[in-house]
Amino acid sequence: MAFNIYDFTSFNQSIDKALYEWLPPFWAMIVEMTIIGLVFLLAYAVVGLLLVYAERKVCAFMQNRVGPNRVGPYGIFQTIADFIKLLMKELVYIKDSDKLLFNIAPFIVIIASFMAIAAIPFAKGLHAIDFDIGIMYVVAVSSLGVVGILLAGWSSNNKYSLIGAMRSGAQIISYELSVGLSLLTIVVLAGTMQFSQVVELQSSGWFIFKGHIPAVIAFIVFLIASTAETNRGPFDLAEAESELTAGFHTEYSGIKFAFFFLAEYMNMFIVASIAATVFLGGWMPFHISGLEGFNHVMDFIPPLIWYIGKTAFIIWLMMLFKWTFPRLRIDQLLNLEWKYLLPINLVNILIMAFIVLMGWHF
Amino acid sequence: MKEIINLPVHSIEEEEYHINMGPQHPSTHGVLRLVVTLQGETVKKVQPHCGYIHRGIEKMCEKDTYQQIIHLTDRMDYLSAHINNHAVCLLVEGALEVEVPERVKYIRTIIDELNRIASHQLWWCSFGMDLGGLTCFFYGLRDREHILDIFEESFGSRLLHSYYTPGGLMQDIHPNFQKRTKDFIKYFRKKIKDYDKLLSGNVIFENRSQGIGVMSKEDAINYGVSGPSGRASGWSCDIRKKYPYGVYDKAEFNEILRTDGDTYGRYMVRMDEMRESMKIIEQLIDNIPEGDYTAKMKPIIKLPAGEYYQRVESARGELGIYCISDGNKTPVRMKFRTPSFVNLGVLDKLSRDMKIADLVAIGASLDLVIPDIDR
Amino acid sequence: MNSIYTYFADIFHGLKSLLIGMSVTGRYFFSPGQIVTQQYPENRKTLKMFDRFKGDLIMPHDANNQHRCTGCGICETNCPNGSIEVISDRIELPDGKKKRIIDKHIYHLGMCTFCSLCVKTCPSDALAWDQTFEHAVFDRSKLTKILNKPGSSIIKDIE
Repeated sequence: MAFNIYDFTSFNQSIDKALYEWLPPFWAMIVEMTIIGLVFLLAYAVVGLLLVYAERKVCAFMQNRVGPNRVGPYGIFQTIADFIKLLMKELVYIKDSDKLLFNIAPFIVIIASFMAIAAIPFAKGLHAIDFDIGIMYVVAVSSLGVVGILLAGWSSNNKYSLIGAMRSGAQIISYELSVGLSLLTIVVLAGTMQFSQVVELQSSGWFIFKGHIPAVIAFIVFLIASTAETNRGPFDLAEAESELTAGFHTEYSGIKFAFFFLAEYMNMFIVASIAATVFLGGWMPFHISGLEGFNHVMDFIPPLIWYIGKTAFIIWLMMLFKWTFPRLRIDQLLNLEWKYLLPINLVNILIMAFIVLMGWHF
Repeated sequence: MKEIINLPVHSIEEEEYHINMGPQHPSTHGVLRLVVTLQGETVKKVQPHCGYIHRGIEKMCEKDTYQQIIHLTDRMDYLSAHINNHAVCLLVEGALEVEVPERVKYIRTIIDELNRIASHQLWWCSFGMDLGGLTCFFYGLRDREHILDIFEESFGSRLLHSYYTPGGLMQDIHPNFQKRTKDFIKYFRKKIKDYDKLLSGNVIFENRSQGIGVMSKEDAINYGVSGPSGRASGWSCDIRKKYPYGVYDKAEFNEILRTDGDTYGRYMVRMDEMRESMKIIEQLIDNIPEGDYTAKMKPIIKLPAGEYYQRVESARGELGIYCISDGNKTPVRMKFRTPSFVNLGVLDKLSRDMKIADLVAIGASLDLVIPDIDR
Repeated sequence: MNSIYTYFADIFHGLKSLLIGMSVTGRYFFSPGQIVTQQYPENRKTLKMFDRFKGDLIMPHDANNQHRCTGCGICETNCPNGSIEVISDRIELPDGKKKRIIDKHIYHLGMCTFCSLCVKTCPSDALAWDQTFEHAVFDRSKLTKILNKPGSSIIKDIE
């Protein structure tokens, strides 16, 4: 069984074949699903913890600090220690809270982000499900998390939580439009919603370069809107610690708080992955048509590295937003969406359609 | 006990509700409790309840000698401790009609201005933090550290110095003081540009602060809002200009006045005041005359019987000390007119019909120090 | 037309100001040399406080275990918090005169506000500040210190 870090297709297929030969088809499917589920669960935890560590280090460097540096070399085990601490903490039950919804809410948030991660192509062939409407699926699933946030705020029996949840509801419903429309701009250009094809189409150049200015505008709009959708600063109104102490998760403690925390970072990772895939070519190396030698050198770097690099860059950009800007007010947040992002997006999509119609794109 | 907890609150209208901001809340910078009446996210009324950090400083002053009172005033507005000390010293010196050496006046003025910069730096970083820009907090503290180092080298402590004594200073300034101060001014002139880039010009910040909590000049005078907050409304109330003490009459500086009176105006006044303070220090630092660091004082100070009032311009506004003496070594009554307490009064008026986020911004722009409110 | 112009001017002005802000944090991110954090327990060996740092009140003793404190109690009266207690004793000198010496000079670090009045008002300069700053102890009683060392005596020429 040849293992190729440039193409995981044969690797996956060989496992698939071996399982189906060894087991009856139904059980083979079950085993496959379990393996994929376990792999994702593991990846989810590892990536989440890494991102928490990365965020703390990145913000520390921006603020002339060192960041975590006590647990392990350069503090790399800090988040694991924190996680263990959160596991051991007491789960505080709130008087007069809606017990069922209060307990379900963190799981809804985390399941929503878990579902979205399934559609993301990490490298060629490294792909859990390749829907033909992958982009639409991700957009639909990623907005489910708001239900969990609303429930968390509602069931906590706390006014701060309630205000935070209501803010979050208004915010995510508004910004969902911009996320969808900016992705749609690229769908118009690509002509497909399937992630694998979107990536393949970028082999001759990333969409952000192919689509002229409309693609760049769509990228910026997507960055802003997706930062808002993940409830991260400067759009972290749902948490807004200087106004609402901790917003919707004020009353959560221990591992339930950790779920919200982890889900926030995973949402950031998912959003960054989608941005990298749709605008920056996903795992596709950087190609300039015409320069064969250059393209070969770029092909030499494994796709997984390309994917991680691009995602990390966008995550870094989102962290830079969070640690630079002050927070918006709720009415300004909605103004930004309805008066600026949405009209720009609509015009942008028209221009993109026109460009595609005239065949002016590369 | 129950009566105390159930303080009378604003009668509630339909679709209104109360939330308690504080005594433990991230944006009140201490133990201030604000009972906020909200309708949705709109603030209808703010009722401040203070007293959570009341230590009875005024009462404690009545059993202390005038030298000992100094160290209590440190703990009122701990961010401008030197300026508080200065007020007591001026009161005692004025009552005894002691002429303090010129060197002392120069040193006191320089240190007051350094203290004002340090206080405004902390205000800047906590203002940024209240608006959600956490990085501001670290930049402000990083630069404040340089001033604290200057203080620590000369007086041995970083926050609560008790450096001034009636008649002079505890000890002479450290030989490095002048060089370090000049280095700091050079350093901070560079770094204050970062402050402007990060916050002042930022479009989010401008939207959050412009037109928020507008205070007219009449309001400022009626409510007695002094200091940078009052000057942002166009009320010329700088004690350093009106009733000069120290050597402020020898230094050339502008009284920063703005007319907009909103959160942005209060912000810009403080930013410009930091630059003015640096200007004052630059003029004075090389001209400190030689001489004694303290006037000859009796070991036991007894003020002649009578009433005395002394005001200074603290970093937050007018700090007034009213003192009644019956000729003994301790005062009969000591009353502090602390700027934060007076400025807190206008919070309700400014934040009505604003959003919760604006309430936080307005509160931060008034630069309240909670121990200064409660004393 | 003018409103359309201001609409786009607002957007570009806003984007520009945001980019300026990001350039500040971005610059600091890429210049780790500007980190100001001190690694405290590691730099314990090299960490030196300023000479005038008010850490802990001490009574300097010379090589013969002699101090300068006459036990006059001025520091005790001047202390605003009552954190100094001077317990004095009277001894008979060989020539028959009685003299006051200190038995114990007790200093309560837990009550001290470091106002430095004791050091300043001491007529014989018997007190001074030490530069230690690690004051944390497990038991409150350890914060009460006796400043004169056992068996110490006063330097002869101090009155």
